[in-house]
Amino acid sequence: MSITPQDTLHSDKDTESLSGATVRLAGDSGDGMQLVGSQLTNTSALAGNDVATFPDFPAEIRAPRGTRAGVSGFQLQFSSEDIFTPGDELDALVVMNPAALVTNIGDLQDRGVLIANEDSFGEKDLKLANLDHNPLESDKLNKYTVIKVPITTLTREAVKEVKNADGETLGTKEADRCKNFFALGIICWLYGRDLEPTIRFLDDKFGKKRPDVAEANTLALKAGWHYGETAELFERNYQVQAADLTPGTYTNVMGNQALAWGMVTAAHLSGKELFYGSYPITPASPVLEELSNFKNYGVKTFQAEDEIAAVCSAIGAAFGGSMALTGSSGPGIALKGEAMGLAMILELPLLILNVQRGGPSTGLPTKTEQSDLLQAMFGRNGESPLPVIAARSPSDCFDVAQEAWRISSRFMIPVIILSDGYIANGAEPWKIPDVNELDKIPISHPEAVAEGETFLPYSRNEDLARPWALPGTETLMHRVGGLEKEDLTGNVSYDPENHQHMTNIRQEKVDRIALAVDPVEVTGPESGDLLVLSWGGTYGACTTACRRSRDAGLSVAHAHLRWLSPFPANLGDILKRYRKVLIPELNMGQLSLLIRSRFLIDTVSLNKVKGKPFKVSEVMSKIREAVESLD
Amino acid sequence: MSTDLPVLTAADFASDQDVRWCPGCGDYSILAQMKKMLPNLGVPREKIVFISGIGCSSRFPYYMNTYGMHSIHGRAPAFATGLKVARPDLQVWVITGDGDALSIGGNHLMHAIRRNVNLNIVLFNNRIYGLTKGQYSPTSPAGKRTKSTPYGSVDNPLNPLSLAVGCEGTFVARSIDTYIKHLGATLQRAAEHQGTSFVEVYQNCNVFNDGAWSYATDRNIKADHLLELEHGKPMIFGKDLDKGIRLNGMEPEVVELGKGITEDDLLFHDEKATEPTLAYLLSRMRKEDGFPEPIGVLRSVQHPTYDDGVVQQMEHVTEQKGPGDLNALFRSGDTWEVGADG
Repeated sequence: MSITPQDTLHSDKDTESLSGATVRLAGDSGDGMQLVGSQLTNTSALAGNDVATFPDFPAEIRAPRGTRAGVSGFQLQFSSEDIFTPGDELDALVVMNPAALVTNIGDLQDRGVLIANEDSFGEKDLKLANLDHNPLESDKLNKYTVIKVPITTLTREAVKEVKNADGETLGTKEADRCKNFFALGIICWLYGRDLEPTIRFLDDKFGKKRPDVAEANTLALKAGWHYGETAELFERNYQVQAADLTPGTYTNVMGNQALAWGMVTAAHLSGKELFYGSYPITPASPVLEELSNFKNYGVKTFQAEDEIAAVCSAIGAAFGGSMALTGSSGPGIALKGEAMGLAMILELPLLILNVQRGGPSTGLPTKTEQSDLLQAMFGRNGESPLPVIAARSPSDCFDVAQEAWRISSRFMIPVIILSDGYIANGAEPWKIPDVNELDKIPISHPEAVAEGETFLPYSRNEDLARPWALPGTETLMHRVGGLEKEDLTGNVSYDPENHQHMTNIRQEKVDRIALAVDPVEVTGPESGDLLVLSWGGTYGACTTACRRSRDAGLSVAHAHLRWLSPFPANLGDILKRYRKVLIPELNMGQLSLLIRSRFLIDTVSLNKVKGKPFKVSEVMSKIREAVESLD
Repeated sequence: MSTDLPVLTAADFASDQDVRWCPGCGDYSILAQMKKMLPNLGVPREKIVFISGIGCSSRFPYYMNTYGMHSIHGRAPAFATGLKVARPDLQVWVITGDGDALSIGGNHLMHAIRRNVNLNIVLFNNRIYGLTKGQYSPTSPAGKRTKSTPYGSVDNPLNPLSLAVGCEGTFVARSIDTYIKHLGATLQRAAEHQGTSFVEVYQNCNVFNDGAWSYATDRNIKADHLLELEHGKPMIFGKDLDKGIRLNGMEPEVVELGKGITEDDLLFHDEKATEPTLAYLLSRMRKEDGFPEPIGVLRSVQHPTYDDGVVQQMEHVTEQKGPGDLNALFRSGDTWEVGADG
């Protein structure tokens, strides 16, 4: 539905105009921070701001209440300018308990606004957070603008008149569940955010089943807003103007959602049914959940008994002629390795999605990392090269899905898609395309051959793709399998020359994709001191860092890789034009290893595996260091 | 009106590949019976797909002139499930062995059966790892001496039929490689069943485990060790058809007919029994416990199949919501307009 932004409430205080702000809401994982974070995102997007988000939550569904382990946070940057990251340092931080304060305060910039629920800083709360003093009383907070608000008390007061269908007022527990909306109300006041979208959300979500809950949360939200307006705590509030985005209709998308939509779209554009074989795993499960809604779009989802069955079912569906996709995260991809090798030698189209998370082993399931690049490149037995494409942002997932399928079906080859937890759970505005104007993905299948003619399942076209002959087609009966195939016939072959030949062909197929995809683009100087080479989810931080470094007078160019295998055809030439190449990665240097061995050049690495995305400032200081070291 | 289908023969189902099993292998017989049986079904060759895992039996698809996939070890049921869900119009067979299906692939076998995907699974049970040259398998008897158990296996073997019944398999049967008419008829019934059909075939590996089933195949003694099941018939066996199975409390027992015991005292086979209890009881009858081993169809009941369920749900949702409209989907959340002036 489309709505017209309108103010429901008007502030009488002084309003200062800002270009943007970075806000984090942090509380216990049961405090509903993700929910109000999403609401603030939506509201900001509807106000025309560019937005980028970073939800950060613990792996435990309910970690012990009030502890540091249970802290859940949602960070959001909204801006009147084009932005690419959820922001580095916070302009405002809301903390619902002491644990949230001590684990997040380090990211608040000097003179930033700290809003704390002072009701939850009692002795018991401090003990749960492992504190022997009240951090709200610490001198260390002097450099911030500290606003202590009795959020619990005020929320209970705000909702005390609300009655349910039986005429009963809300219990304390239920009343306290509205605290997050009170906090959201304060932030909405502070940054001139409209309450209407949130009120409408509450009505949609609870209006029918629990009108009392909808009413209570709405009252808490408004009470928070009024508190900001009337309490003598804030001197002014802020306005952030709409961003200068390309004209069009926009909506907010999260990475996993955009990926799912992109897949359904790719199926539609190629006239195929989409089959998704998957097994639940963080942070890829939302793709399965989203796709399972689309029964009326010809989407078949299969929640398999394990990761191996998930990929195998997808290969079975691909053999039958579906657009087949399997998705997981690193540990699941490890299990799929053998079947991925089979799909490669069968030369069937297949998409394999890896929403990367912190590794190794179970690692950090809810945290982000880019450490499965080498697994994607080499994580199979034998010589088994596969193309690898990486999404750079939430909305980019939509395009990546289509591009991956375009290549996979054209070259008859499985394609690995890398996303990550940061992209998957992050959100940004997406300019909605008209499906009828998107490029079709042409796919053809061979028809029955005439009597006496032999069908050759491993013959090839100019792309080295073999024919995708579908069961059910007369006279094309053939057998595929994991044993080495004889060229042309596809029969089992142990011939030494044939094995060498087929191995070469399978590599050449991957290599030729470089000519079928866009060359890599450089922003900034076309040659000079430093090239920052990035891939995947670090796009935003690297783009912003390079832009700001250039503004500061440094000679820095930026190239972002979409295809990691094969590398774009022009990459070698570009790398030669700079005195130094800096590769920032959320791993210990995996792209660096590939670039060094492939192009025989030196690289400088910026590596981090802390479960968090790069801050722009981290990349900027490394850029400065790299440029300065040249002199 | 009748449709003229070309009349196929066993030879039409043979591929151009040389069969490479060891001479004398029981697999030849199963292949022959399959090729002989398939023309009876009236299903065109191009609508049939054989999918296998890894092992001697899994070479099977290469020898059939149908569509086929020789996949990876143990996973054939998963490939087959994906294919059948994507293409319900195809007849999909899974060819597997005791190691492939019950050891590395146990998980997939179990889930294919409990989902009741419309597949035909044929398990060649030779109680040994043949392709890897003679290690013990999950169906090798305890104490079995093999290359990997030189002092005898201390593993408790798995009973494939008990597993299938335990997963509430809707069609569970057993036959024997050399019992060719019975084998052909059993395969045909498996093919005709809607839902997962599971057929265990006693198959002799004459190189690494010769004679493992001799008690069931030796002309002179097999009648005393086999109970041929027939729906609605009393359970009688023996060379002279003078022995039967009677229920004593919850336990089956072997009794001799005559001496006051008549056919009416015996268990009557009911393959359509709603509860899998009888089928399970039959699956547990083993030679080493003094019972004849049942062959034929232990269970054949009708349940909704997984692949039908998938299709029906899609139709139902489409009926309710109308066909999917991507442009509408993209606008299903909050949207806003950015004008040309920013």
